[in-house]
Amino acid sequence: MANLVSHPDEVKVVTKRFGQGAANIDRYLELDGYKAVQKALELGADGIINEMKASSLRGRGGAGFPTGMKWSFVPKESAKPKYVLCNGDESEPGTCKDRLIFEHDPHSVIEGAMIAAIAVGSHDVYIYIRGEYRYLLEIMQKAIADAYAKGFCGKNIFGSGYDLNVYWHGGAGAYEVGEESALMESLEGKRGVPRIRPPFPAVVGLWGGPTVINNAETLASVPHILLMGGKQYAEIGVDRNGGTRLFSLSGHVERPGVYELPLGYSLRKAIYEVGGGIANGRALKAVVPGGSSVPCLKPDEIDISLDFDSMMKAGTFLGSGGIVVLDDQTCIVKFALRTIQFYRHESCGWCIPCREGTDWLSKSLKRFHAGGGVAKDIDNIRYLAENMLGRTFCPLGDAAAMPIIGFVNKFRKEFEAHLDGKPCPYEKHPALSQLAVVR
Amino acid sequence: MADVTLTVNGRTITAPKGMLLIEACKLNGIEIPAFCYYPGLSLQGACRMCLVEIEKMPKMQTACTTPIAEGMVVQTESEKVVQARKSTLELLLANHPLDCPVCDAGGECELQDMTFKYGAGESKFIDIKSHRDEQQWSPVVFYDRPRCILCYRCVRVCGEGMDVWALGIQNRGQGSVIAPNKGDALDCEECGMCIDICPVGALTSGAYRYKTRPWEMTHVGTVCNHCGDGCVTTAGVRRSDTGSEIVRCDNRDRSGMNDDFLCIKGRYAFDFAANPERVTTPLIKRAGKFVAATWSEAVELVAAKFQETLLDGGPKAIGVIGSNHTTNEENYLLQKFARTVLGTNNIDHHRTADFASFARAVATSKAKTASMSEVATAEAILLIGSDPTEEHPLLAWQIRNAVRLRNARLYVVNSAGIKLGRQAAQFVKVAAGSEGWLAAYLAGKDAGATLGVAAEALTKLREALAAENNLVVAFGPEVRGEAIDALVAYGAAKGAKFICLADYANSRGAADMGLYPDLLPGYRAVDSAGLALPQMLDAAASGSVKALWVVGANPAARYANGAAFSKPFLVVQDLFLTETARQADVFLPAAFAYEKAGTMTNTCGDLQRLKKASDVHGVKADFEIIIRIAEKMGAEIEKLVPFRGYTFADAGQSRGAQSGEADRNAVFTEARGLASRTSPLDPTITLDEISQLVPGYAISRMELAGGVPQRTELVQIEAAGIASHPELIVPAGNSLFTSGTLGRYSATLNSVAENHSKAIEPIGAD
Repeated sequence: MANLVSHPDEVKVVTKRFGQGAANIDRYLELDGYKAVQKALELGADGIINEMKASSLRGRGGAGFPTGMKWSFVPKESAKPKYVLCNGDESEPGTCKDRLIFEHDPHSVIEGAMIAAIAVGSHDVYIYIRGEYRYLLEIMQKAIADAYAKGFCGKNIFGSGYDLNVYWHGGAGAYEVGEESALMESLEGKRGVPRIRPPFPAVVGLWGGPTVINNAETLASVPHILLMGGKQYAEIGVDRNGGTRLFSLSGHVERPGVYELPLGYSLRKAIYEVGGGIANGRALKAVVPGGSSVPCLKPDEIDISLDFDSMMKAGTFLGSGGIVVLDDQTCIVKFALRTIQFYRHESCGWCIPCREGTDWLSKSLKRFHAGGGVAKDIDNIRYLAENMLGRTFCPLGDAAAMPIIGFVNKFRKEFEAHLDGKPCPYEKHPALSQLAVVR
Repeated sequence: MADVTLTVNGRTITAPKGMLLIEACKLNGIEIPAFCYYPGLSLQGACRMCLVEIEKMPKMQTACTTPIAEGMVVQTESEKVVQARKSTLELLLANHPLDCPVCDAGGECELQDMTFKYGAGESKFIDIKSHRDEQQWSPVVFYDRPRCILCYRCVRVCGEGMDVWALGIQNRGQGSVIAPNKGDALDCEECGMCIDICPVGALTSGAYRYKTRPWEMTHVGTVCNHCGDGCVTTAGVRRSDTGSEIVRCDNRDRSGMNDDFLCIKGRYAFDFAANPERVTTPLIKRAGKFVAATWSEAVELVAAKFQETLLDGGPKAIGVIGSNHTTNEENYLLQKFARTVLGTNNIDHHRTADFASFARAVATSKAKTASMSEVATAEAILLIGSDPTEEHPLLAWQIRNAVRLRNARLYVVNSAGIKLGRQAAQFVKVAAGSEGWLAAYLAGKDAGATLGVAAEALTKLREALAAENNLVVAFGPEVRGEAIDALVAYGAAKGAKFICLADYANSRGAADMGLYPDLLPGYRAVDSAGLALPQMLDAAASGSVKALWVVGANPAARYANGAAFSKPFLVVQDLFLTETARQADVFLPAAFAYEKAGTMTNTCGDLQRLKKASDVHGVKADFEIIIRIAEKMGAEIEKLVPFRGYTFADAGQSRGAQSGEADRNAVFTEARGLASRTSPLDPTITLDEISQLVPGYAISRMELAGGVPQRTELVQIEAAGIASHPELIVPAGNSLFTSGTLGRYSATLNSVAENHSKAIEPIGAD
């Protein structure tokens, strides 16, 4: 079990039951478990969606799409079965929040997904968990079995006459499958490659039926919203960014870990107060604020509110809430290389700009970092990334390109310092030697 | 459908509602480049070449996945779009080996063409290209991964188009490769569609690779010489030591009713022309051994022997066996020669379908026959007997397309599970030999017990068919004789259209042209019938038929009595020393279909033009051989081929590929009957005679010359006096990898057949 951290500034909503044995269904029930779903049955579809809209909950996977609105897109009548999918394919580097939810509070995900199903008139819920989270899958399997044993799932739930089945599904180890349409392909037993959109999942999704697909954290927030009321939840955060988020704070900070902070919290405070500042008394060089896919921020850019809109205004994204802190001994070129190697490894290969772009960025950066760089490489690297941006089949290409463009634009001098066969100025950094650079 | 108006590059265009942007632009002459988009296959959006700017859309959109909408404003040549294309090509070329000088696709490569038009001339990349070794997946399919741009066309055409699903994608990202779905070799129909659909040289053909450069070839569209479906195949021809040779066949130009489809035979089985066993000199048997002879010697000997036989035994002492591979003109001429010069009705051919009964049934019921094109647009298809996947690959392709692209309903009645069962809305398995009874049942006579099927399945089929309005009925040789009359009568009442399936390229033409002892061209009954093929052979064995002339057939492969061939004076025209030819007294080396001009009629009655593609020194077209024999016999040639007073234009007979399509003057004058004709060797004179005299063959010469298949009509014939001889039907039983006697001489068919394990599990009703 992962060590839990805490800080007084945290507002515990989703993490409320963490560390209290809530994976046990009886304990979960003592902690107000499965009350929200019963309330949902009373509220009915429109009532639930109104609460969700009032909560201004936005998707916690990274895109930040308003959840209530997403649910309202699902047609009321459908010839094909409707589905609710929990996206538990948490793979974004620097992000480790959903795993804590699965570990400490799996029933909240089940309950949230059930509420989503009631809201859209679906009778089938799938909880898809990342292949590498095999150990969490076991926890989820037990949680689902326990919920069935109590009669919470299956036929006529809570005597309402509503039938609702919950299934689990394990992934096979692909970052790409975190993309919603690729996840549906994977769930259908096919190659995890994204689908052409439109049609969007709300209209044509899993097995052709209207489908709601939400991140695990989003769904885990739902029961709390119904219990406390959408309006009250919204007030925890800031305008159009309701509630709290689980921020995965990692890198060169004193106290890394997953913290639940209200949306609108200051990034500077998150690093220096919640995270206890830069480790070993060093200075901050850069922070990647929303998982590895987003452009970095420099030290003079961190007085910023952690909400979807403010981050976008600052030219980056809140993303998955994975905050990676880099100290002044970090080689940005090497960090860029490590980042692109991840995307090269995870590109599904479907479209040309992503498949070839990640590969050539990776090759160029590897040679460049090793001292084989020539002056035009710097512009070529940026050119390559810019020509992937917005042109790929799915957002993976953008996710690979954006951080690279950011690094080149903001740390050009560091790139230049690698030129002319000079050794990497940071190569002896002890912390970095732990970051394995894969081929 | 209503038209939608949109603006592309400032120009207002209209296109039918629902059309994809890339197609709407194409319709209006605006090119949007694409690799992965391929009409008729599922959309991919993978290559990103067709990205365009659409107003109100934040990102560029793929034109291949975007349906047009009213008022849409599109830019296809903006700076952003042009840059996107350029960078995509740069990325593709980064790993592409640039071995264009030795690549088969060099000169006809979409990546080359796109780079020429949209790409960047110089590479930004200095890192090492990724490499993988080439793989061979089958005797005909090779895969070169570094050249592959992963457009997935091959995967889709194999799966969606062919319903074979032999290809897939392995690994991911830069490691992605196209790979066989089972093991490391293809378990497939070896059609080669994947190779021809490949936009680059990633998939190459074992039969063609590294043989030539595309620009060294002249391309001649002719008609495939194997099954009865009549695919147009475009021969790539180049000069050779012995004339000109075919290097490859394909239909990338989509010039025929088969669109880009060809099966293994249409694509590769032209190679027997260059088989070392091919005989290119006339042979005369002296003291039991073949001795090479000149054409004059051989023809003189044949003529003298025929005359001697006529003097000794009269016309009944000569028998003629025609071919279902020779042209209509040759067949017509052969029967005319037999009946007028020899004076005998002893003429027949290997019958693989009961066209005589079919003609009678159609004429009696005033039914319609369906063209091959109509199969793809039918709303419903009833298939009785036959296994089109093996025996009629184009028909199978048309049926699959009708079901896949137009939601047509397929009803299959067969005594065995066939692959098309996968597409069938209903599959009714009947006892072998009872297919013929089905017609009566459909017409209302409950004969369920006879069919060996549960009455329930039959009732369901009858009810479903009763509700179909646009129905095409195709039936195999299982349905013969009076069963055809019953089936046609049933369908004619509801306006159904019919196809009678026969096995060889011109089986229908042989029947229509009167290679029958009892029927003249157009199925006109003769006063006194001659001997049918088995009787002719019996008579030859017993000595009453003293001379036997076999033109392009190998009856010894099917008739056991050896005396039938050893006893009479035997003349054989063929390419090879077949079982029959080995016993000949005179062997005359014939040109094969791709070496001559003429027309053929496919099993559906579509008449198409055969163009001379290649040339082999020493051989002659059957047409010329017949004329030469006639001349030596002192016949009046003008009566056989009324050439005098006409004009000269031989449809490329003498010039072949060298004349090309550029000779527009010849095409026009020929089509109008204006060109000067001074040679009796011109089969178009005979085609004129056919179109004037044979019922149903009044075709448009102009359209035919322009490459449009012409419909022949059986409904115009006279039904009276046509007798059924179902006992004379002998189906060829060819598979996808066999093609009668000729197929045995194809190196490609042999190598594939050897390598092949029966790939596709037939899916039947049980």
